[in-house]
Amino acid sequence: MTIWNKRQPLFIWLGAALVLAAAWVLPASDALNPYIIQILMYVGINMILTLSLNLVNGYMGEFSVGHAGFMGIGAYISAIIMVAVLPRAWAVWLFPGVLVAGGLAAAGAGLLVAYPSFRTRGDYLAIVTLAFNMIVKSVLENLEVVGGPRGYLGMPRLTTLFWVVVWVMLTLLVLRNLVYSNFGRGIMAIREDEVAANLTSVDTRRLKIYAFLLSAFFAGVAGGLFAHLLQFINPRSFSILKSTDMLVMVYLGGVGSLTGSLLGAAIFTVLLELLRPLGLWRWVVGPLMLVLLMIFRPQGLMGFKESRWFKPEIILGRGSPGVGRGT
Amino acid sequence: MQPILEVIELSHNFGGLRALNDFSMAIGPGELVGLIGPNGAGKTTVFNLITGVFRISQGRIQFAGEDISAWPSHRITAAGIARTFQNIRLFKQLSVLDNVRLGAFARHRYGLFEALTRSRRFSSEEDRLTNRAFELLERFNLTHYADVPATTLPYGEQRRIEMARALISRPRLLLLDEPAAGMNHGETADLIRLIRELKDEFSLTILLIEHQMRVVMNLCERVTVLDFGETIAAGPPLEIHHHPAVLEAYLGRDDALAGEKEEVEGNN
Repeated sequence: MTIWNKRQPLFIWLGAALVLAAAWVLPASDALNPYIIQILMYVGINMILTLSLNLVNGYMGEFSVGHAGFMGIGAYISAIIMVAVLPRAWAVWLFPGVLVAGGLAAAGAGLLVAYPSFRTRGDYLAIVTLAFNMIVKSVLENLEVVGGPRGYLGMPRLTTLFWVVVWVMLTLLVLRNLVYSNFGRGIMAIREDEVAANLTSVDTRRLKIYAFLLSAFFAGVAGGLFAHLLQFINPRSFSILKSTDMLVMVYLGGVGSLTGSLLGAAIFTVLLELLRPLGLWRWVVGPLMLVLLMIFRPQGLMGFKESRWFKPEIILGRGSPGVGRGT
Repeated sequence: MQPILEVIELSHNFGGLRALNDFSMAIGPGELVGLIGPNGAGKTTVFNLITGVFRISQGRIQFAGEDISAWPSHRITAAGIARTFQNIRLFKQLSVLDNVRLGAFARHRYGLFEALTRSRRFSSEEDRLTNRAFELLERFNLTHYADVPATTLPYGEQRRIEMARALISRPRLLLLDEPAAGMNHGETADLIRLIRELKDEFSLTILLIEHQMRVVMNLCERVTVLDFGETIAAGPPLEIHHHPAVLEAYLGRDDALAGEKEEVEGNN
């Protein structure tokens, strides 16, 4: 009996190419209002953030409530490199590299958070991640060299719809590949039964490190994209409130679902934009949604369910009882 | 021949309670040994100490000559000791196939980077792994359940999934914790046959905790009896069956003959 993993249907790759092409062309042409383009970029950045947090909170079943800290580190590091380190002429070409640098810095911080996760879970880990977020924000507020509470500016506006789409796709691809491999399954096993996972030869420490590294990396990249879109960042952008927004998007879309993360991010971002006329009251919406979700629909829109397009297909060869779809 | 597993003067306390007291045993390659005793005797504690769930503070464990006393659980399993659980511990939300594939975590030959970039090595290794998983599913008649979340299946099927998950890692020593728990007469007979077949097919050494005497009598070459954390008897099953200390441990004094028949029918 032979089994092989069918390649993703060609049309998915074509679709992706089409979206990329559209992202390249649309802003230049006047087909869409620049305001809409801006919203789309925020949607994309939030998608990356949500995907990254879903890896830790959804797939691994941990409870990280300070993810904005990683975003902040990525934002500041990439901004500092762009403004203070690199010659401006090279900026445009090196933008992806700068984003990666921000991501790597965030990943380093992710390593710091990973270690406490070996010995604590649930609410205790939540406190550790909360403390992490507050430490990052406080440190940034106290560093005069990066502007302290007044913030940091001077970044060129290098974030385009095209780059956002590229990074959303990269994040999706990497996380999807992770989830549908033994590493991803191991990460989910940690969520289900960590002791049994260890007894099934799963190296849970190594997996926790991988999960936090990847999660923090992408959050950091999102931070870099954010910094080069807004062209101004301050510590308040990366506070607990931002972390709460990320939580809402994850739980709205559904834990353990990549498609859910995309949906949650899109819906939440657009919703908040639509509620702009409410002024400061719109900041109530996020936390309020979280409460309502937990009461009425904790699994969110797509808890643990995944779009067919992301799942690998397993086809049994001749002589076997049937055709099945891999999970 | 060198024993495959040596437990040397193992002791363990839960706070003030001494669960195990200088427990020693040795198992030779290819043996099928039973570990029995009343509830609370310390049998699962022995399993937990062998597999690294509890840290060993007194005593040693040698596996194939190596001292594994301080090893973390995943390393012990990777080295060739696999285990099933008294209360089934499957990964509930994951599919049957994923549960089984995870059993081979230590043996998949691709790294993180290869998985993320879907390199050729990943594809071939993942296929090999999936193939092996399906082979085992077929062996246990579970192929048509491959995609189903493990938690939705009936008890008997879940036990078989656990076994498949344990076997995919090619263990040398298999620890079975009350595999017949909750089974009726017919199912127990099937289980006895299955364990014998698996032992030969997979060249296993088996250490078995069990309460049902039929299983112990029919399967085990020799039996060690625990009570209050100490060995009170050890030897071939027939000898143990009539051993006064054993009967007393299970049944209390002066009730030996009357209670014996009940004991053999299987109780818990």
